Amino acid sequence: MTTTTSPSPAAAATASVRWRRMLLWIANHALAIALSIMFLGPLVFITLTALMDDNQALTSQLWPKTWNWGNFTEIFEKAPLLTWIGNTLMYSVLATAFMLLSSVPVAYALARFRFRGRKLAFLMVITMMMLPPQVVSVPVYLIWARFHLTGTLWPLIIPMLLGDAFSIFLLRQFLITIPREYSDAAKVDGCGEFRTLVRVILPMARPAIAAVALFSFFYCWNDYYGPLLYARTDLDNWTLSLGLAAFRSVHRVQWNLTMAATLLVIAPVIILFFFAQKVFIEGVKLTGVK
Amino acid sequence: MAAVPLAGRGRGAGRGRRDNLRALIWLSPWIIGFAVFFLYPLLATVYFSFQRYDMFTLEPVGLLNYRYFLEDPAAWRSIKNTLWLVVVMVPLRVLFGLGVAQLITRLKAGVGLFRTIFYLPSLVPVVAGTLGFVYLLNPGTGPVQAILSAVGIGSPDWFGDPAWSKWGLTMLALWSVGDLMVIFMAALLDVPKQLYEAAAIDGAGAWQRFYRITLPVIRPVLMFAAVTGVIQALQYFTQAMIAARVASGSTDSAGSVFTPGYPDQSTLTFPEWLYHQGFRDFAMGYACVMALVLFVVSMMFTLVLLRQFRGFAEEEA
Repeated sequence: MTTTTSPSPAAAATASVRWRRMLLWIANHALAIALSIMFLGPLVFITLTALMDDNQALTSQLWPKTWNWGNFTEIFEKAPLLTWIGNTLMYSVLATAFMLLSSVPVAYALARFRFRGRKLAFLMVITMMMLPPQVVSVPVYLIWARFHLTGTLWPLIIPMLLGDAFSIFLLRQFLITIPREYSDAAKVDGCGEFRTLVRVILPMARPAIAAVALFSFFYCWNDYYGPLLYARTDLDNWTLSLGLAAFRSVHRVQWNLTMAATLLVIAPVIILFFFAQKVFIEGVKLTGVK
Repeated sequence: MAAVPLAGRGRGAGRGRRDNLRALIWLSPWIIGFAVFFLYPLLATVYFSFQRYDMFTLEPVGLLNYRYFLEDPAAWRSIKNTLWLVVVMVPLRVLFGLGVAQLITRLKAGVGLFRTIFYLPSLVPVVAGTLGFVYLLNPGTGPVQAILSAVGIGSPDWFGDPAWSKWGLTMLALWSVGDLMVIFMAALLDVPKQLYEAAAIDGAGAWQRFYRITLPVIRPVLMFAAVTGVIQALQYFTQAMIAARVASGSTDSAGSVFTPGYPDQSTLTFPEWLYHQGFRDFAMGYACVMALVLFVVSMMFTLVLLRQFRGFAEEEA
């Protein structure tokens, strides 16, 4: 206002560019905040409902009148949640351990060995990874029925001893990025393939192994189709996802308890994520390789 | 003189054979797994598709299962629903994921925080997420209706109205877009910055920059996301099953009273009907026909992916 000279056209141009940048900055961040509310909203409402009393959960009120922390203990009385948690943990931990044991060597061989049919083997891994599990469900189910293992979770755990296509794929994608010189150096020192893998490659592949282990754990923790197919008939062998799916129906429309149980299933996953956020993000990036 | 290359070749072949054998040993767990849990079951599926089988009696029926499939209205309904997911849900999810990734790479402040927030829902276990959404969108009790009516808009009966149920599932799919977002973010950050600067100097608009620079660079990733999205849509099972069961208020998951696809078969997906036929009604021969159809269709999309990967595998070999 105090300046007497009118601003030069160039200065006016940069001012307008700066103004536009500023507007864009605000627009982008406002949009991001709006999206954050949409992404977090459902989790917030689930939590709020989980804390309401029975009657309020049936109304459209959003804020709990009373905070019923007891809901979280009540769900343990209403359903054998501890058994289901135990089963889910057994499934997730054993399947993940078996998967690592079997898939790491396979991925290493695919990434490093030169042999005939190497390309074909890799393409077969991708095919296995992509095909829907329902394609071979009937005969596979009959195999397990013959061994009298239907009704348990073992049909989902035992096959992990024979490698998991998705994990093999991801591990292979990571292992090919490790320069050959490292394993060559180990071989000059007289290490065999197995010792090279254990001593040299595994320590370097730790982030990928962690990511694959986490993915596998999460997959099992989330899995609904597998337990539904094999363990549906025996309540004692249910997992949390089976139990949660049936929870509401057993207890009619007790939305507060249902949401409390839902939170119980979500919470460990979220907590685990915050401890291993980097592992996760890096792992997801690996899945998107061009 | 001629002996030298010969000897060399002989040694090479011997080593090649040894290498092959070693690879075979290392790969053997997976090869066994492939044979037992894929190859044999696939052949058995073909065999059972010509049988009437309920786990007790096996009776060859020729092409009867196939004929029944062509005349089964529920099967066609499920094909239409699964196709809807492929044509509507998958593209929306890819576009939304790309949009969110674009937005986040442009932010100057709070990138880490926003990324975490956007990614979080994709971690929520599917059953839990679906339950949550059925509750959220449930008219009468859910907050979505309360909020919408506060703004003066009515809310549809999402999971109770055949016209809206698949849109409800689509909302759930968009909510959990985080994994795609992370993949796209990584791809967008790979686009060389100088290209944008050069384009800006040439006076290219935002749309032109996206179309001319961003899109060509991220095309392989986009392609990968689209094809895997389609293959996932072909397997779409849990969300549809849970949403239908909870919204219909039907009995426990061990009971057989449940008719899938509520409301009015609008969420009945192909794998769901396959599961129902094979493991609820124990029409296993018929389920095998459906499994083969699923196999052929997913194989076609997998081949698209394999073509993309073939060059990749060669590069490394």
